[in-house]
Amino acid sequence: MAVKSKSSTKSPALGSHDGQRNPGMLLDLDLIEGISINRSAVERRASTMGKRRSVKKEWQAAWLLKAVTCIDLTTLAGDDTASNVARLCAKAQQPVRQDLLEALGMSDTAITVGAVCVYHNLIRTAKEALKGTNIPIAAVSTGFPAAQNTQAQKLNEIRSSVRAGAREIDIVVSRGKVLNGDWKGLYHEVQAFREACGEAHMKTILATGELSTLTNVAKASQVCMMAGADFIKTSTGKESVNAVMPVGITMVRAIRDYYQLTGFKVGFKPAGGIRKAKEALEWLILIKEELGDEWLGPHLFRFGASSLLGDIERQLEHFVTGSYSAAYRHPMS
Amino acid sequence: MNVKTIFENMTYGPAPESAQNAEQWIESHQKKFQLFIGGQWHKPSSKKYLQSVNPATEERLARIAWGGKKDVDHAVKAAKKALPGWSGLSGHQRARYLYAIARQFQKNSRLFAVLESLDNGKTIRETRDIDIPLVTRHFYYHAGWAQLQDKELADFQEVGVVGQIIPWNFPLMMLAWKIAPAIAMGNTVVLKPAELTSLTALLFAEICQQAGLPKGVVNIVTGAGDTGALLVDHPLVNKVAFTGSTRVGRIIRTNIAGSGKKVSLELGGKSPFMVFDDADLDSVVEGVVDAIWFNQGQVCCAGSRLLVQESVAKKLYKKIRARMEKLRVGSSLDKSVDIGAIVSPMQLNTIETLVKKGVEEGGTLWQPSWACPSDGFFYPPSLFTDVSPSSTIAQVEIFGPVLVAMTFRTHQEAVKLANNTRYGLAASIWTENINLALDIAPKVKAGSVWINCTNVFDAASGFGGYRESGFGREGGKEGLYEYLKPKLKLSDKPVKRAVSRRVAKSNGSLKIDRTAKMYIGGKQARPDGGYSLPVLNPGGVQIGEVGDGNRKDIRNAVEAAHSGAKWRNMSGHARAQVIYYLAENLEARKEEFIQRLVNMNGLTPAESQLEVELSIDRLFTYAAYADKYDGLVHNTLFRNVTLAMPEAIGVMALVCPQEFPLLGFISTVIPLIAMGNTVVVVPSEVAPLCATDFYQVMDTSDVPAGTINIVTGNQQALSEVLSSHFDVDGMWYFGTSDGSKVVEDAAAENMKRTWVNYGKFRDWRDSKQGCGEEFLRQATQIKNIWIPYGA
Repeated sequence: MAVKSKSSTKSPALGSHDGQRNPGMLLDLDLIEGISINRSAVERRASTMGKRRSVKKEWQAAWLLKAVTCIDLTTLAGDDTASNVARLCAKAQQPVRQDLLEALGMSDTAITVGAVCVYHNLIRTAKEALKGTNIPIAAVSTGFPAAQNTQAQKLNEIRSSVRAGAREIDIVVSRGKVLNGDWKGLYHEVQAFREACGEAHMKTILATGELSTLTNVAKASQVCMMAGADFIKTSTGKESVNAVMPVGITMVRAIRDYYQLTGFKVGFKPAGGIRKAKEALEWLILIKEELGDEWLGPHLFRFGASSLLGDIERQLEHFVTGSYSAAYRHPMS
Repeated sequence: MNVKTIFENMTYGPAPESAQNAEQWIESHQKKFQLFIGGQWHKPSSKKYLQSVNPATEERLARIAWGGKKDVDHAVKAAKKALPGWSGLSGHQRARYLYAIARQFQKNSRLFAVLESLDNGKTIRETRDIDIPLVTRHFYYHAGWAQLQDKELADFQEVGVVGQIIPWNFPLMMLAWKIAPAIAMGNTVVLKPAELTSLTALLFAEICQQAGLPKGVVNIVTGAGDTGALLVDHPLVNKVAFTGSTRVGRIIRTNIAGSGKKVSLELGGKSPFMVFDDADLDSVVEGVVDAIWFNQGQVCCAGSRLLVQESVAKKLYKKIRARMEKLRVGSSLDKSVDIGAIVSPMQLNTIETLVKKGVEEGGTLWQPSWACPSDGFFYPPSLFTDVSPSSTIAQVEIFGPVLVAMTFRTHQEAVKLANNTRYGLAASIWTENINLALDIAPKVKAGSVWINCTNVFDAASGFGGYRESGFGREGGKEGLYEYLKPKLKLSDKPVKRAVSRRVAKSNGSLKIDRTAKMYIGGKQARPDGGYSLPVLNPGGVQIGEVGDGNRKDIRNAVEAAHSGAKWRNMSGHARAQVIYYLAENLEARKEEFIQRLVNMNGLTPAESQLEVELSIDRLFTYAAYADKYDGLVHNTLFRNVTLAMPEAIGVMALVCPQEFPLLGFISTVIPLIAMGNTVVVVPSEVAPLCATDFYQVMDTSDVPAGTINIVTGNQQALSEVLSSHFDVDGMWYFGTSDGSKVVEDAAAENMKRTWVNYGKFRDWRDSKQGCGEEFLRQATQIKNIWIPYGA
């Protein structure tokens, strides 16, 4: 059953602030070459991120609801069909049980996820299922996840997804260009993607688990932003290491540097492996601490996740009832 | 606040840790604590109590017994009584007790953490994640050393009763650093906690009871400064270990000078935090947070002097200010707080006064826009820029959350600025260039050097200072020696030697020697005063003359020793080659030296020959050690290499034994130079001619100028000058008992390392008494360099 969409909040423009998207800038190779990230120091910061701050009770409930609104509810499987994608879209519109929202005093606030994220083939299904809502469809693109096809094929894929109705395109970069230090090549590749996206917003997946060093992560982040990324995203979810805190710290610091350099705010999307409500809080703390409150919303922050929502729902019910919850008490996607 | 509002503004809320269990524990003692002596609680004979206050709320926590003279005496005697039993246990048996204590800490970790936060004002995050885990680790680690003592440290024994005085900034951690190694090595202790923060030590006493620790092994005597002074001065105390201010450390050292009590002092600091232009600046910012906003900046090794390469200074300051804006100050039990309360109103006042002075002296002060809580003792994180080395706040330890920033232009200038301080506790070096990092690390005078990290500690790594930051190490194998002494029986009388019956009664057959000059900076030098002293043989016949050195000769010799950079920078192998060469040339002149000993000291030819041959043997020994007494790579907790490097102390003063004019000289000078020190040596006063003959050996052996400087004359007078000379880094003294006291007393001023004999005599012929690693240990200090890695 499709849930009626609520009229209140308009879905904010992705990766923008004050209506302005990151236009990119000329590639500054000196800046890129000057980047060096100290892994041990970053790991030390990462290890205390969730220990220096603690969000409890009402604050925890509110923060978890915020996390829900930032989720790109995702299914990217070989066996995806219209039926499970439709279910996902239904869940996207009503991610938290209505009675829980009422108990939290949030029934008059539209709580939906940030977007629904699917493969190209399922865009039309999703579009149908989300009709009448403001929830954007994100499509993974450019030879996701490995990016091992031609640039022409990649550009075609973007264009056809946009035509099919995707308002957000999650592109993957060519890891080989990063590993070989071909920053110019990466810049032009991503710039072309951005152009192909047109009005659709572009999330740039770095596949950090395959970039070898944090220095590479920082350099690739910076190049992608210079090339006009609206968001930078950690992972496809298919690498062996996905969204981990040291990578997150490195990327948000790159976003901060880019903002200080250009005045444009680029969004951040950790994806892959984030399954627990507690982890979601740690990522939100990271954003608040390193980037600031302006980034704490779906226009500049997303989780790429499929099972995170379930744990958040259970924690919210625990807050409301005082009893530990169970998965079957919450509608599945 | 309701969920909706929070959802909209995404603020942090309160996240309090419950104090209930800790409060119940305090309550269960009727908020009144006694002294823990001989395994039991005793009321103080003074009947006086101190008030313990929660600095975050100003709430009164409990009353703490104020130990007086009778109590300290009682406790020391209890420790003395427990000593034979405790030191008589096998290492394994002691290991079991330490292990049991560590387990107790683990089982009660949260109670300790909360209690520490309540009492000290530091944040629960730090007590929970840093202090208590380190405490537990310290006991586990030293349980291991107790187990291994019999095998690994067989030539050493316990020192005896140890008096330990600890500060308020890390109450329980300092307790662990003091007590664990002491009792592991078979000592018994009397510990005096800081008067502001005694509660966790008292809870620890209960843990000792639960672990079944034999009575009297650990005694806790709470009280104020006078209680500590009574402990230090108690005649039955064999060793004093102190952590606290340099001022008090100096008083302690002066008070026990000449007593023969072993001492280790961990004192103040003004540690440099050095940032080079290629550093990962965002990581540097977090490093700064860990350096100066850890424990409210009340950390002896706090990176309180930020030295930044000029080209990145502005950028870094901007990042630091932005980070400061996000720091949260507040209740010590709030889990979302970065900076807790300052320990006391007095300390808060000290900080405020120094900050005011910093502003008056022209520094630019920056503080975040938010305000601190008004109840309790709080101070905001503060950054001073536009500061010069001559500013008060650049020199004085503030012991608060105040960072003082200066810039440098070159690497050389960075090192100069870093070392432009009386202290030398720690340093932090930030660069992505390992060549640069490892170039700077040995050049900085500090006991701990952290590369791209800061304020990291572990039981396996020694911690302690250079210069006025004190001496001795806590942690690591190097730290154990503070609680051990060599199993040597030194004599109260000079060693009997084979003396010839036919000592020349007149100089008829002997021609008077040339007057031997001094040897300074690789050249023979006339005494500044223009006086000479006669050298007599045992028959009273003058056999030569030497220069009567004075303070100006010492001044010149110390300057020459400082210019001996060539020697300091030579590899161990190269130093060994020179020392072998000395042996070779001494061998060539063997007959001459034998004859000298016969004539000067009246020894039999056989005894003289033995002395010369042993001297050659010893030269070989230390040449051998020169490239073999190397450091350790400690096995510390996180992913890094912790290098424990023995470094030369620097310019060493040496007063040689009167007896054994050649062997005593060689056995003391050579280990010092083998380790890379340069020396100013005062040879035997009664028999100086072997030393002055020796410079001809040096001249032919490629010894670089300034390595060994010889000033002859009155040992007593010259050692007074040497021990009070600020530019002498350490001193060995093998003279009289009174002389030892003078040396230790004068050395307290600049905290130079001293090794004195308290008037005891070594048999320098004996390979254990006259030679060995003890000499090398005394010739070096350990620097721990932490090098994390990962790309």
